[in-house]
Amino acid sequence: MAKRIDVSGLHVYYGDFLAVENVSMTIEPRSVTAFIGSSGCGKSTFLRTLNRMHEVTPGARVEGKVLLDDQDIYSPDVDPVEVRREVGMVFQRPNPFPTMSIYDNVIAGAKLNNRRLRKSEADDIVERSLRGANLWEEVKDRLDRPGAGLSGGQQQRLCIARAIAVEPSVLLMDEPCSALDPISTLAIEDLIAQLKENYTIVIVTHNMQQAARVSDVTAFFNLAGTGKPGKLIEMGETNKIFTKPEKKETENYITGRFG
Amino acid sequence: MSATKLSAPEQTVPPRPTPSLRGRTLPKYLPPALLGGSAVVCAAALYLLDRWNPAVWAILAAVLYTAAVTVLSAVVENRRKAVDRLVTSVVYACFTVAMVPLVSLLWTVLSRGLVRLDGYFLSVSMNGVTPSMDAGGVYHAIVGTLLMTLMAAVISVPIGLMTAVYLVEYGRGRLRQAITFFVDVMTGIPSIVAGLFVVALWILLFGPGHTNGAAGAIALSVLMIPVVVRSCEEMLRLVPNELREASYALGVPKWLTVLKVVLPTALSGLTTGVMLALARVIGETAPLILTAGSSAVSINANLFEGQMMSLPVFIYSQVRMGGAINYERAWAGALTLIIIVMLLFLAARLVSHFFAPKTR
Repeated sequence: MAKRIDVSGLHVYYGDFLAVENVSMTIEPRSVTAFIGSSGCGKSTFLRTLNRMHEVTPGARVEGKVLLDDQDIYSPDVDPVEVRREVGMVFQRPNPFPTMSIYDNVIAGAKLNNRRLRKSEADDIVERSLRGANLWEEVKDRLDRPGAGLSGGQQQRLCIARAIAVEPSVLLMDEPCSALDPISTLAIEDLIAQLKENYTIVIVTHNMQQAARVSDVTAFFNLAGTGKPGKLIEMGETNKIFTKPEKKETENYITGRFG
Repeated sequence: MSATKLSAPEQTVPPRPTPSLRGRTLPKYLPPALLGGSAVVCAAALYLLDRWNPAVWAILAAVLYTAAVTVLSAVVENRRKAVDRLVTSVVYACFTVAMVPLVSLLWTVLSRGLVRLDGYFLSVSMNGVTPSMDAGGVYHAIVGTLLMTLMAAVISVPIGLMTAVYLVEYGRGRLRQAITFFVDVMTGIPSIVAGLFVVALWILLFGPGHTNGAAGAIALSVLMIPVVVRSCEEMLRLVPNELREASYALGVPKWLTVLKVVLPTALSGLTTGVMLALARVIGETAPLILTAGSSAVSINANLFEGQMMSLPVFIYSQVRMGGAINYERAWAGALTLIIIVMLLFLAARLVSHFFAPKTR
């Protein structure tokens, strides 16, 4: 189920402005890859190109190839909607649908697509996803209450449950814990460790220690200066990046000399 | 200090006085006492000068109070507080001035309209009633208003809502700017011009003399569509973009996102916007005089056949006829119209409450 991602020569544009330059990388299935780097260096922008969310912004475009298990997701005959069903995303601020109950939120991927599910099927999916997101025990008695009535950490886990309910092969997470308190953060990090057995996970994080705790592979992005495009500086096993990085820039960032 | 080091010449600087955080304030009873006092003083002055006039009294008392409280505050407290009191008095005075016509209007309509408003009045038409007869009612006008407004809503709401959806979700560049511009222009169309337009259209399509309730409804929808577009547009823009992104990220196509995420989230705001647009057109008189006619006296529930009376036009025609009983009927008709509008607003509040996204 988990797929690998191969990126080659990717340039990301906002209109005429080159935001991220020439990224090439491989993301192995069933692993957790973390993108780190200072603010504004293009990590989130690059993450959003992996599920074709980048082009939702007017004028945004991409040049290069992104292969999902050998299928180029940017080839002209590929439907972006299908890509997003394969590659799910969890955002920085929890965003459960306010007009729907917890149950409906989890099953939203199917319901919003007008797919007909028998009640028993739907119940199974909801329970499986909520268990997968470590939220089942807390909400199993109030599935018909509004999704917006949960705490921040619970809302974020609800969004994760919603994302995994459609059974994507890759899960992208854009700073999922930055709006949460430390206890909720710990819960989500434990969850990521569990999820990596079945999904390929890519997580953008501002928190270097979180990257060190959670990921197998780390990629460091940086900007040459304001107005210049962001670049992938170094990518490798997390342990190695944090103890013996190859590039001086990486070492400066890791040791806190800038950023 | 050692002699080999250079040092700045010692200076005695007087210590800076620590500013006190405390200040005096006017006692709490003083402003109301001042207000009462100036009211009494002005009333007495006007009586003695034999120039009693409630409006002059109110203005004089307000001015005297404002001056007194500002000066006292400047003397006892500090300048900033004095300016604060001055502006507060001015703001309250403006609020009172704004409320006076509204309260006066409601009072007038209530007191004069209740003279004739009763079950009988609401259940009969003017069929067979001569102007000076002590009979007749507004039933035909109520039926006409409700039918024409309903048809106008059925036309305007889908058109207006879908235009708003286009402008917010899909529109780009030139076409969107053009549509926004023309909708803004349409908001300013004088209502009688909308009526003339429909009359001309009807003559073109059906020949002269065939105007009916449907023509009136179309004139109302010309006035209603831009209001619906504007308010629905505002409500749709209030839906946070992150909800749309959450839906796209689940692999939901754009049209389903709009239909099942954006519209339900904005639903309570959209309904309020539509109700407000309805309340605006329900009182339009000029276009209805031209289209649905001002002389219908019997109940007509057919929008496509014959003239149709409506409440605003009823009021107008009764006033035109002149005479005590006609004026009474006009006031009662006005009260009926105001009650219908209030019911509409009440319904809007209820809908807004029930459809709002809940958090418990």
